[in-house]
Amino acid sequence: MPMLIDTIDDATARAACARLANRPDALIEILHAVRRASGFVSDAAIATIADALNLSRAEVLGVVSFYHDFNRRPAPRHVLKICRAEACQASGGEAVATRLESAFASAADTIEIRSVYCLGNCALGPAALLDDRPIGRLDPDALIDELTVSGVLSGGVE
Amino acid sequence: MTGLPDRIYIPGDSAARSVGADGVADALAAALPDSCEIVRNGSRGLFWLEPLVEIDRDGVRLGFGPVTPDDVADLVATGFPDSSHKLALGPVEDIPQLARQQRLIFARCGLAAPSDLEAYARSGGLRGLEVARTLAPDTIIEQVKTSGLRGRGGAGFPAGIKWETARKSSGERKYLCCNADEGDSGTYADRLLMEGDPFTLIEGMCIAARAIGARHGLVYLRSEYPDAIRTLKQAINVWREAGHFRDLVDGADVDIEVRTGAGAYICGEESSMLNSLEGKRGEVRAKPPIPAISGLFGQPTIVNNVLTLGSVPWILAHGGEAYRDFGIGRSRGTQAFQLAGDVARGALIELAFGVSLRSLIEDFGGGTRSGRPLRAVQVGGPLGAYLREADLDVAMDYEALAEIGGMLGHGGIVVFNDRVDMAHQARFAMAFCAIESCGKCTPCRVGATRGRETLDKIIAGDEIEANLDLLQDLCELMTDGSLCAMGGLTPMPVRSAIERFPEDFTRLAAE
Ligand SMILES: Cc1cc2nc3c(=O)[nH]c(=O)nc-3n(C[C@H](O)[C@H](O)[C@H](O)COP(=O)(O)O)c2cc1C
Ligand code: SF4
Ligand code: FES
Repeated sequence: MPMLIDTIDDATARAACARLANRPDALIEILHAVRRASGFVSDAAIATIADALNLSRAEVLGVVSFYHDFNRRPAPRHVLKICRAEACQASGGEAVATRLESAFASAADTIEIRSVYCLGNCALGPAALLDDRPIGRLDPDALIDELTVSGVLSGGVE
Repeated sequence: MTGLPDRIYIPGDSAARSVGADGVADALAAALPDSCEIVRNGSRGLFWLEPLVEIDRDGVRLGFGPVTPDDVADLVATGFPDSSHKLALGPVEDIPQLARQQRLIFARCGLAAPSDLEAYARSGGLRGLEVARTLAPDTIIEQVKTSGLRGRGGAGFPAGIKWETARKSSGERKYLCCNADEGDSGTYADRLLMEGDPFTLIEGMCIAARAIGARHGLVYLRSEYPDAIRTLKQAINVWREAGHFRDLVDGADVDIEVRTGAGAYICGEESSMLNSLEGKRGEVRAKPPIPAISGLFGQPTIVNNVLTLGSVPWILAHGGEAYRDFGIGRSRGTQAFQLAGDVARGALIELAFGVSLRSLIEDFGGGTRSGRPLRAVQVGGPLGAYLREADLDVAMDYEALAEIGGMLGHGGIVVFNDRVDMAHQARFAMAFCAIESCGKCTPCRVGATRGRETLDKIIAGDEIEANLDLLQDLCELMTDGSLCAMGGLTPMPVRSAIERFPEDFTRLAAE
């Protein structure tokens, strides 16, 4: 039923647009606000934003798909962004990323790993960002221990 | 000497926090009497010493580091002794890697809390703007031209000439955009300044706004820097409340807005950034027109890097000629070199242009952190060349690096040890370009993917000679046919790796 989506108004997206005066040039900020509040950018959010900013849905979708930050599916509660760029590669980051990817595989519902390219912490690599918390000299075992204790990786490690 | 200090500093900078500064701050708060003030200052950029705790004793800042929460009880019990403690570093300003720098932009970074405007003024801040307020816009531009300041974002275009063009262009309104997208691997100087001394950037923007006649300032700041976003916004509010935005452009006020990027490397390219600031896909725009004539919303717009703008207060306070006295050839002033990767003492090193790469890595950086032999150095970010040990005596300036087929870029220096596989690094350069290409032109969009596939074959040992030839053709096509430097310069790391480390590409053929 293609019409259905038109009837869903995403309240979060509507409010974010209103806060920024329904300005089309504020689209990126609006999408950030939606992503922060909802964890992702839904079809309904896209339709609502298009309506509020007087843009076509394709235009909004085109912007959403251009930027790595705007995930179209719900994200788990925690996101670990691991730097995969050159300076962190030079500090052994690839082995760390591989180790964490396999350790987190069984906890995909609570924590997601994303690759990012430089976090501006290149003198203390490997670098990561756990939600908004910066981690330098990333020690995979210490992080696995911490997340096991805090219940994020509830017993499912290894 | 010992004794509990009245004031103690522990950085709130995200790099310091990434290695435990918050835990140290909590431990200090628990162990020290309430009469002792704990200041979350910026970082000095001496990262191997973070978390670096400082105290003020008789007007001298004494350092201790790297400190863990477990060290705090002992430091407090022994009264932060001047020298006898294993963590005592003595006067911070005497630490050789800091003492031997020439800090103009970063002179104040790490001295105080980033929103402490009084401390900023006490340590020489606001002087550049005070001078600029007494000068006509054209005279400000003259000073910047005299200084020889070139853009620090990568391309090295003379700042004064760009400003002059924007000054002379007419439009309903003019914009000043600060490029704080800092996407290059191995670079963090913009972040360090915005988190440690954001007023220097704001002051530079006020001076630039006055010079070109722009009342609207925007900072395009990447989303990967949440701490910098918070700190800069707070500093802008303090600045506004203190009235320093007032009466700057023909009697009118200026204001600055912070806009968040969204994880696209290409948005560091200025025309892509302008599209992003308009709420659009970050596609690169064809030039001409140049932004100084038709930029944001078609209006005259200046785009400058954080460090370009951050250099301006010093230039106005001390004069363009004093600035020009630093540096060599056509590279005037100082550059913020950033040591990264496998390096023992990773740090921001601000020095006049012309220092050798070897001196930066060996004298300042202390060689590799792993202790393994250095094998490769990438200078200038992901689009910069890979150099080898034999190249290290190159002078660090725009022209000298270009002569050996490299580029300075934003000043990042990434050190690799002998475990690096250069065929994999070349593959990564192509893969990165494929991921981050804006997709506007074919040589880059398709070429990077083909390049990655070709390197996969080379790495697998599949018809190496023929595939290397194909890769060279692809590189030529990308260099000549790309609309912007993303596709145009990706061949630089690839070709430099092949040229300087051929054994890594032909190993499988030999086996
Ligand atoms: C792919 C690409 C990425 C870039 N990234 C940045 C960046 O992150 N920061 C920056 O200041 N300049 C970046 N630049 C350079 C800008 O296009 C522009 O030259 C610069 O912001 C101008 O300011 P400046 O003259 O003060 O250096 C990039 C260029 C390209 C082609
Ligand atoms: S070279 Fe790449 S990034 Fe630059 S305009 Fe072309 S497709 Fe876009
Ligand atoms: S390269 Fe990893 S933080 Fe910069």
